[in-house]
Amino acid sequence: MIWLGIDTSNTPLAIAIVKDEQVLASFQSSMKITHSIGTMPAIEELMEKANIKPNEIEAIAVAKGPGSYTGVRIGVTIGKTLAWTLKVPIYSVSSLHVLAENAPYFQGVVCSIMDARRSNVFAGIYANGEVVKEAHISLVDLLTTLDNMEQQVLFVGMDVSIHWEQIKEVLGDKVQRANAAFDLPNAAVLIEMAKKMEPSEVHTVVPEYLRITEAEANWMKEQKKNGN
Amino acid sequence: MRKDQYILGIETSCDETAASIVKNGHEIISNVVASQIESHKRFGGVVPEVASRHHVEQITIVIEEALKQADMTPQDLDAVAVTEGPGLVGALLIGINAAKAFAFANGLPLVGVHHIAGHIYANALVQKMEFPLLALVVSGGHTELVLMKEDGQFELIGETRDDAAGEAYDKVARVLNLPYPGGPHIDKLANESDEALQFPRAWLEEGSYDFSFSGLKSAVINYQHNAEQRGEEINPNHLAAGFQQSVVEVLTTKTIRAAREFKVKQVIAAGGVAANKGLRNSLEEAFTKENIHFYVPPIKLCTDNAAMIAAAGNSKYSAGHLSDMSMNGRPGLELNSWN
Repeated sequence: MIWLGIDTSNTPLAIAIVKDEQVLASFQSSMKITHSIGTMPAIEELMEKANIKPNEIEAIAVAKGPGSYTGVRIGVTIGKTLAWTLKVPIYSVSSLHVLAENAPYFQGVVCSIMDARRSNVFAGIYANGEVVKEAHISLVDLLTTLDNMEQQVLFVGMDVSIHWEQIKEVLGDKVQRANAAFDLPNAAVLIEMAKKMEPSEVHTVVPEYLRITEAEANWMKEQKKNGN
Repeated sequence: MRKDQYILGIETSCDETAASIVKNGHEIISNVVASQIESHKRFGGVVPEVASRHHVEQITIVIEEALKQADMTPQDLDAVAVTEGPGLVGALLIGINAAKAFAFANGLPLVGVHHIAGHIYANALVQKMEFPLLALVVSGGHTELVLMKEDGQFELIGETRDDAAGEAYDKVARVLNLPYPGGPHIDKLANESDEALQFPRAWLEEGSYDFSFSGLKSAVINYQHNAEQRGEEINPNHLAAGFQQSVVEVLTTKTIRAAREFKVKQVIAAGGVAANKGLRNSLEEAFTKENIHFYVPPIKLCTDNAAMIAAAGNSKYSAGHLSDMSMNGRPGLELNSWN
């Protein structure tokens, strides 16, 4: 079975082609290249290197977010269009979980984060292979939650750098961060996770934003005020 | 005999997710539009982030429906054309990335199309375009006079310096508490009116084909506010009629002058505001007098759709102008000739 994996949910771009138990080719980059420009050429190039034609792809795995709204949408749009037109199953996986699975052997809590501005983060908390929480949350609340778990915590993700001082200050000895090699999403990891899941109905695959838009939030507030 | 050419068009530049298949640049085989208007009504206008989210929900469904209605498979197509710009960037990106993925998976050439070129080529779907041709493009985002000396050649001879005509309509409609989108409501009020208030016309410098609607818009809004402060009731029909007369007179007069100067064979109106009855009637009447062939496509082809993108894409593809997998959404894309 030949898999194509795509993750464009934050600044990094990750693409992989896996055949059965073998990673044929994998690409990771944290360069700030617009995903809209870079993703399709990178897929085209990687497939050429792996000597795989589009019609040989048999399954697609895509990171569904959270992350940058536009970024997530590009990967999901490419993934679902390819899956639909090639008539192959599509699997959508949490972007935060994909990051956390970079550290599968860590004994303790793994926390993956992406910066969401204004002192907020998208954060995933995982323990013993289970999802504890995935949320759009203030960094302060996240650190309180982790502190209360009273376990060793490993932080993963390139945005950890932005908040590392504050994280260290709150969690002290209980916290460490993964080294740079594990900070970028790995699309081969994404594919391995997808292998254990059920496929989604292709037309229904949409990003997991974990946040409604500001316009909708304001509109709902307005509705409540008017008693609707 | 030349082989028939089938183009899949995709359009997501604003709040319609659309896909269509067009044969030889003029025959619509299928034309699917999923409108988001019900969703944006809540906000009184298009919210870009909400538009982008809806496009992702709809895009594969809409393309599938276009193929199904045409009873075709990707193998029957010759190329994929997609709106490259201008438009809302987040919205454009959905159509563009779907088009790229679809073209790549099926080994099809890809063509990036300018949204305004699409609106102009909507006319190719109902009649043969004859050159030189003058196009008046009026919509929520555009007010432009485009001269085409040949197929695939565009010369922008005039454009709005501030608000697009449709934008002014929407803003005036909001002052009159009309539902979004306001254009059709103002058109209706104006047509029912037997009287019109007097508002200024912005002619700009002598000889200019440019437009300006922000002064008019402010004049209308101020009139309404002043009346309100004095506790006077204003007749919304008279206000709508006065506003519409000003817009229509300027658009008609400048279009006629350009048609004469450039000795065009055909004048066409395109874009959502071309569906406006007041504007249509005024242009039709004026060009009948001038003995110049004037045409407005049916409303379905005036508002955003993908058949127009496929029609323009057919011309551009035939001229050999292809895009590659690095195509990006370009919100400020200029209208360049391809011939």
